[in-house]
This record gives sequence, structure tokens and C-alpha cells, in this order.
Amino acid sequence: MRHTIIAAGLSVFAGAALAQSPVLTVYTYDSFVADWGPGPAIEQAFEAQCACDLQFVGAGDGAALLARIRLEGARTDADIVLGLDTNLTAAAVETGLFAPHGIVAQGLTLPVAWDDETFLPYDWGYFAFVHDVELEDAPANFEALAASDVSIVIQDPRSSTPGLGLLMWVEAAYGDRAAEIWEGLADNIVTVTPGWSEAYGLFLEGEADMVLSYTTSPAYHLIAEEDASKTAAAFSEGHYLQVEVAGMLAGTDQPELARAFLEFMLSPAFQEVIPTTNWMYPAALPADALPDGFETLVQPSQALLLSPEAAAAARNPALETWQRALSR
Amino acid sequence: MAALVCLAVLGPLGAVLWRADGPIRLGASDWSAIRFTLLQAALSALGSVVLAIPVARALARRTFRGRQALVTLMGAPFLLPVIVAVLGLLAIFGRAGWLNGALGWIGAGDVQIYGLQGVVLAHVFLNLPLAVRLLLQDWLSIPSERIRLAHALGFSHADMRRHFEWPLLRATLPGAALLIFLICTTSFAVALILGGGPAATTVELAIYQAFRFDFDLGRAALLGIVQVAICVCAGLMAFGVTRRRDIGAGLDRAPMAWPGDTRGSRWGDTIAITGAALFLLLPLLAVVMQGLPAVSGLPGLVWAAAARSIVLALASAALAVSLAVPMAIFMVRLRRPALVEGVAFLTIAVSPMVIGTGLFVLIFPVADPVALALPVTGLVNALISLPFLLRALVPAVQQAEATQGRLADALGLRGLQRLRHALLPRLSRPLGFGVGLAAAFSMGDLGVIALFSTPGQGTLPLEMYRLMGSYRTDDAQGAAVLLMGLTLALFWAFDRGGRLNADA
Amino acid sequence: MLTLEDLSLSQDGFDLSLTADIARGDRVALLGASGSGKSTLLSLIAGFLSPDRGRILCDGRDMTHAPVAARPMSILFQDSNLFPHLSVFDNVALGLRPDLRLSAQDRVRVDDCLSRVDLHGFGDRRPSALSGGQQARVALARMLLRDRPIALLDEPFAALDPGLKTEMLARMRELCDERGLTLVMACHDLRDAERLCDRLWLLEDGKLVVDAAMSDALDKPPDLLRPWM
Repeated sequence: MRHTIIAAGLSVFAGAALAQSPVLTVYTYDSFVADWGPGPAIEQAFEAQCACDLQFVGAGDGAALLARIRLEGARTDADIVLGLDTNLTAAAVETGLFAPHGIVAQGLTLPVAWDDETFLPYDWGYFAFVHDVELEDAPANFEALAASDVSIVIQDPRSSTPGLGLLMWVEAAYGDRAAEIWEGLADNIVTVTPGWSEAYGLFLEGEADMVLSYTTSPAYHLIAEEDASKTAAAFSEGHYLQVEVAGMLAGTDQPELARAFLEFMLSPAFQEVIPTTNWMYPAALPADALPDGFETLVQPSQALLLSPEAAAAARNPALETWQRALSR
Repeated sequence: MAALVCLAVLGPLGAVLWRADGPIRLGASDWSAIRFTLLQAALSALGSVVLAIPVARALARRTFRGRQALVTLMGAPFLLPVIVAVLGLLAIFGRAGWLNGALGWIGAGDVQIYGLQGVVLAHVFLNLPLAVRLLLQDWLSIPSERIRLAHALGFSHADMRRHFEWPLLRATLPGAALLIFLICTTSFAVALILGGGPAATTVELAIYQAFRFDFDLGRAALLGIVQVAICVCAGLMAFGVTRRRDIGAGLDRAPMAWPGDTRGSRWGDTIAITGAALFLLLPLLAVVMQGLPAVSGLPGLVWAAAARSIVLALASAALAVSLAVPMAIFMVRLRRPALVEGVAFLTIAVSPMVIGTGLFVLIFPVADPVALALPVTGLVNALISLPFLLRALVPAVQQAEATQGRLADALGLRGLQRLRHALLPRLSRPLGFGVGLAAAFSMGDLGVIALFSTPGQGTLPLEMYRLMGSYRTDDAQGAAVLLMGLTLALFWAFDRGGRLNADA
Repeated sequence: MLTLEDLSLSQDGFDLSLTADIARGDRVALLGASGSGKSTLLSLIAGFLSPDRGRILCDGRDMTHAPVAARPMSILFQDSNLFPHLSVFDNVALGLRPDLRLSAQDRVRVDDCLSRVDLHGFGDRRPSALSGGQQARVALARMLLRDRPIALLDEPFAALDPGLKTEMLARMRELCDERGLTLVMACHDLRDAERLCDRLWLLEDGKLVVDAAMSDALDKPPDLLRPWM
């Protein structure tokens, strides 16, 4: 028993001695932190300028991230949460765990205006159906898709952010006619997967003609694999945006450091890493600074985005419509 | 020990319930999820055991070269992580799969895998090996004298069915069907990927959604309770009809041909064995073919994760054994061991997600869950393997007590000594099988670890999943092959070791 | 009656090879250490194994490759002679009709056999409810029912206690006398052999090293037989 107390005491001292530099804990999704993701480069760049220890914690994907924060509540160690999207921000704000960032964002290159006080964007993308360039008669809008016999694989909105994004897309583009569109799509849908990776995997295996993904997906194949065989279908209704955001937690013990990180997030040092690691458009980098290959990507005519409140309100009814239409 | 297991399973469930706020009730979609879950689990269990009958019978009475290897290999799908198995199945049966390719070539129509039929197909693929193994073991435990007697008395095939097959099936099938039914009720990835749409939702998936998207802990916990209720009902039904049979006994006894053997039955057996082998092995072959080229180029992170997985698997297996052996010994002394075994079955009936989240809720106030990720995963994996270990150990312990028990009493052997000298040598075969199974399950697990871990600390299945989530499908396929190879190697090492060490 | 002509079998590094004749009514005790080939020889005669070379002739007819059920033999094993899921009556009846479709006359015959082994009224019981000795008698009853001229016994009463064993051997002897059965019994105890048989074979490493009349063997035991006395 005595040994334990001594050991505990010693470790406290040792810990205090070692903890010279402050630690900033950022919760994010897994693919951000992977070796081949943005994480490592960003960590290096930020630690060089902050004299601190940046620690990423991967917690699944976007939706899992929010669930994790809710589970941990006010006692969480996280200082920053990076990786939610605008469909989830309303629910995040409701938890009361986030604090306003107090930063005036300048130089944002989003297709829409940004006025959220709690969250700042770091990258964005257009949802789109990705297909092989050789696909004949690729549809040019949802109605054409529903009428054709092109097969698609999509994600479940209840377990995946792209899935939810598609739901919002149809909602934003068609409003009351959403049910009609979904009923028309029911026979095109091969299957509904739990997440993006299964769906994309199935598409690559040839199980469907098109998969719901991002306009930037073909960039991966083009740049990383030197494969120009994939492209996205441009829909005339416009494409729904996924804007990925970061916010700081009210209970953080490093508010100054957290704010510094958020500012760093909008700086070129962070933004330049994004395109070829996260494969999305950076939120604060002009188009001419994008890597070669990005200019070949499909540019939608219109960007659709529901405000966080509207998205939260529309979610459950849209989900019910979706379920009803597909369960027939 | 049994109380501990109960606590470990129901405790987290309680924690989740406690953490929930707001009204707790089930919606209409939940009821349809329950219906679908029961339907697909029942069909899958039925399909697995019915198909297992001709295959087990054929393996019990035919000898051919490579028979032993084939029997071991055919067990592979049961051990694999579900996602690997699903990818393999799609490579064969999917829209762009080999089967449709072949059918297209001869001009026949398309085969549509997505839907209830796909879910049942995948479950049968995953569980047929278990059903075959259970039946085959029973076949091989019939004393050879009795089969010789059948020869001498001039039994026809009809007589063989009546006097050998029917009593055997009646004893074994209900238990096997129950086990497979329970395994299928917590199915998740299969139902969602192959189900084809929201109509194919299982209770497990509903729990997942309740956690992830709605954060409706009350609903999740309630669904968890529903799962427990299903387990209890199914268990009560099956225990009435079944007779205890072990799953760890050797499959080494030589098969014996039946009297009244005809060319027709030989052909039938050949077709059964070939059919089963093709069904079970082709998808695995597809996975290997797709992923093998990528294995050498896998990032170092993946290899580190593989090493971590192996260590975790060994630890998990060790924990499982240290739980199972005392439980088995305890159960043998009881009058009604069925109750304790029923508790063990709970661990496969309750959603790993509920257990994981519940544990998270319990641990978080006290310690950093990420630091505990690996131990907690090891614990949960050990719990999940428990019913299988018990099924393997209890009959062996019974037998050991019956033969060596009195000797041990006479020599005054108690406790550890008794274990060492009287029991363990007899248990080496079922232990080998059980440990191999526990290690294999742990290798392939993707449930709890996902909730707790962080990159740089993940297990192999988790890394594979992350690769899939970053466009790196080639690497993911390579990781799948690596995972498959390591899992099989671990299982084979323990199972073989057990058989070699056993008494004749 | 039974001729084993140049019978040979090689199996797992074990070579069995012998030639012998058994006359009708002979009662042969097959003695030998474990691994000497006793069970193998019985399996060959019964038809569970096929010899590499040689012939088995029964009254001049070649039975070497005949199926087990077609040979004029009954077999009694050491245990597992009964089916646990069938009643005693059905177990015996199997000897007559495996499909258990019995005529009234058949049923009478079964009852008779049961009575003959003093198990009258036991017809409805399960084997698990019987003692070792009773189970042996049921098997014997079946043998009676089948009424084949040759009986092959593979250490059949080894698991019974001495008193019971003596009783079973006596019953067997009675049966043989009554029906003039030809018998080949594998055993490892010379005293058992003595009680039942009139001829002695000793197997060693698959070869027949002693073939003598029981009385001769006991009066003037050959050297090889001494360890058994």
C-alpha cells in the first residue's frame, strides 16, 4: 500500500516535470489522423509555430465524433472538435459544450457566405454521383436518373454523413416533391451501405454504375493513381455542399491555444495540405493555388446548402419520407 | 464466475440505460427491425443446419486425400471478420461477380443478391462451417462397433437413416440451430450491405443508429434489452429439445462407409462435399486473389496493427480460458448446468455496441478510455468467445471427472493439483480448439475497438477499415488477406496443438 | 467349414499372414497380446476388412469379398452392441429385420429369444436402464435370433465382473452345444478360453504360432504358451 502511494506521488512529480509544453487535444475523424491524411503534416506545421504539443484523437467518422463528445460531456479532454459538417452543427450547438470562436474569418473561398459564430469551416466539397467516364447516357439531373436504369449505390442517412447529405440534397432541390423523386430512385438503388467506404468499394468492384460521393473523388484517382477513368455527373438542380467545420469547446483549459489553432486552420500552412490528403476543396485557399488536376473536376452550376437549423428541422421528416419510399 | 459474466454483460446495459434521458420507447421502425431480425435469423439458422446435414454425413463416411485439410479449411468463413466475408461473397455472387459473369456467358438471367436472400446467403456462408462441424463431430463419436453392427445386420440406407441419423439429428440440430440463430440476431454489416435498403434493418443496426445519429441512449438500451429477451426465449425453446453435445472433440477418427452403399450415394456425397467446398472456399479465393498483390506494399502502420492484433488475440484467448475453465468445472458439479450456460449465451446475444458504450460510460469518469481501449476490447472479445469455449469444455470436463475423478479423490487431489493432473491433460483437445476459436474471433473483431481507439493504436481490422475509408481499396484488400492469413494461422496453431497433445 | 487360405494383410507396419482350417462345430479361442492381430483377424473373417492376398472359403464358397451381411456369421463386440435409442425388444428384433416391420410370428420369436436369456418382460426397457450383464444378454438374444452357423466374438465379456463373465461363458457354451455353432473368440485370458473353447490359436505379430487342441495345450503347453498360464 505504501509502495503505491509513493509510486503515485513520484509519477505526479514526473508528470509535472515533463509537461513543459501545453497540450492541445483535437478530436477528429479517423481518416484525418491517418498517416496518409492531413494530420501529420498539420501537426508538424502547427507545433513549429506554437511551442506546444498538438495531439489528435481519432473517433470514427463525423457522426461518431459528435456521439463521442456527447458521451464524454463536460468532462471531455478535447479542446477542439474538427470534422463535423453543417448537418450536425445544430445538434452540436444544442449540447451546450461549444464556445463561440470570436474570430472574424477572412479570405474564405466557399461558394456560400459564412456567418456561424461557433464553427469555422476548413474544407468543403460538392456531393455528386461518381461514375466511370465510359458510362453511356449519364443522367444530368435527379429526374433523368430516376427515369433511367442506371444503377446506384448510396449510403444510409442514419449512419453516414454523405447519406444524410444526399437526403438534404433532394430536400433542398425538390422540397415537397422529394417523395416522388425517392420513389423514382427506388429501382435504381442497388443497395444502401452503412458508410462511404463500403459504397465506394462496391462501386469500384463494379456492383453499381454510380456511387454517391464527392466531385473531388476523381481527383484522387487522377493524382494519386494517375487514373483518369472516373468522373462526376453534373446535375442541373445544383449540388449540395458538405462544409466541414471545427469548433472549440467551452470547457477547454487552453482557450488561447485553441483560438490560435482555429486561426492557423484558416492559414495557408494548413489549407495547402488539404487538397491532396483530404481530397476536398480547402475553405480559405484561392482556386489558382489548387494542385494540378483539380481544374478537371466538374463544377456545378449551383451550390445548395440548408442552414444548420433548417437541416436539423428537415432531418426527421425527410428520413421518414426516404424510408417509406424505399420500403415499398 | 457466472455472476461476473452476467454483470459484465448486463452492467453496461444498465449503464447505458442510466445515462439515457428522455422518454424511452420503441418506434414503429423498431418493430419492423425486430421482425426482420427474427425472420432473417430464423431462415439463416434453418438454411445452415439443413445444408449441413448432407455435408456432415458425406464427410463422416467418405475417405479421400486431403480430407482433413479440407475439413479445417472449410471452417474458415466462421472465423473471418464479417466485412472480409461479405466482400468475398460479393466477388462471387454480386452483380459484377463470377456467378453473374458465368450466367451471362451461357445467356441465363441475372442473380440478384441484394435483399433478404443476400442476408440469408451471407449468414449461411458464415455459419455453415459451425453447423457442419457440430454434426460431423457427433457422427464421428458414434462407436465404430455400432456401424460394424449395422453392416453385420444388413442395414439398408433407410435403416441407417432411421437408427443412426434421426436420433443424432434430433439430439444435435436444435442446439446448433439455436446457436446460429443467436449469432445472426446481432448481425449488422451483413444486413446493411446486402440488405438492399432500409426495409432490411436489424435490431443491431437500429442500436447503432440510436447511438450514432440520434444519441438516443434510452432507445438503444431498450433495444439491447429486446435482444436479451430474444436470447432468453430462443434459449428456453431449444434447451427443451436438445441434448448436450461438445464441440471441441476431435474430428480425427477415420470415417467409415455405410452398409448398403451404392454408386448413387457415392455420387451424392461427392456432390455435397464439392458443393460445400466451392461455396465456402471460392469467395475466400476471390479475396485472396484481389488482395495478395498488395500485401507486400502495405504501410508499416498496418504491420504494427497486425502485431498488436496478435498480442491482443492471445491475451483475449488467455482471459477467455481463465474464465471458461473454472466455469466449466463449476457447471459440471451443478444439477442444472443449463442455467449457467444460458448466461454465457447472453454474451453473444447482446450487442457488442451496447456493451462497448456501456463500458465507456462506466469507465470514462474514472479513467481515460483510449488508454484502456485494448484491455477493454480484449475483455469484450473474451466474453464473446465464452459460450463456444464452454460448449467445448463442459462435456470434456464431465468425461474427465467421470474417468479420473475418483482417482483424484482417492489420491486427495484438490484445486490446482486436481486441475493439473486429472483434468487438464484430458482437456487439451477441446482447450486447443476453444483457445484457437477465441483468438480467431478476437483477431477479426471490429466492434468495440472502433469506439475506444485512436489511430496509431488500432488493431488490424480497424486499420483495414480506415484504409477503405480513404480511397485506398487496394491496400485495404491487402490488409484483408493479411488478416485472413493470420486468423487462420492462429486458429490452426492452437487447434492442431490441442490435438497433438491430447491422449489418443 | 471355414478355410482361411494364405490370408495376408499389411496395415500400418503390421503384417498379418496365416493359413488355417476350422471344422464345423469347432470352438476356437484366439489368444494373443494386444497388437498381435486378434481383432484384425476377426475383422477379416467378418468382412470389415479386405485382405491383400488370400481367400476365405465357407463350405467351399469363396466369401473373400462378400459383404458383411451376406456371410453366415454373427458378431458380438466388447461393447456398443446395442442402440441406445431403441428398446430391448427392438434391439433384438433388429437381428431379424432392420426396418423393424415384424409379423406376429416374428414377434413371438423375439420374445422367445428374450426368455431364453432370462430377460422375459424386459422388452420395453432401454439399454441405459440395464446392467452390463443384462446388456450382454440382450446381445446374445439377438445372436440367437439370427441363428447363423458361425459366431465371432471380440473379447465380448471383458468388461463384466468375473462372476458375470463365468455366467455368460456358460450360456455361450450352452448355446453352442444346443445349436452346434462354430465359434471364433478373441480373448486374452486363458481361463476364459478354457471354459468355452476346445481349440487354441496363439497369434504373435500377425503369425499363427500355436494351433492345438485345448486339452493338449493345457497338458503339455508349448513354450510360447507358458507366459499365458
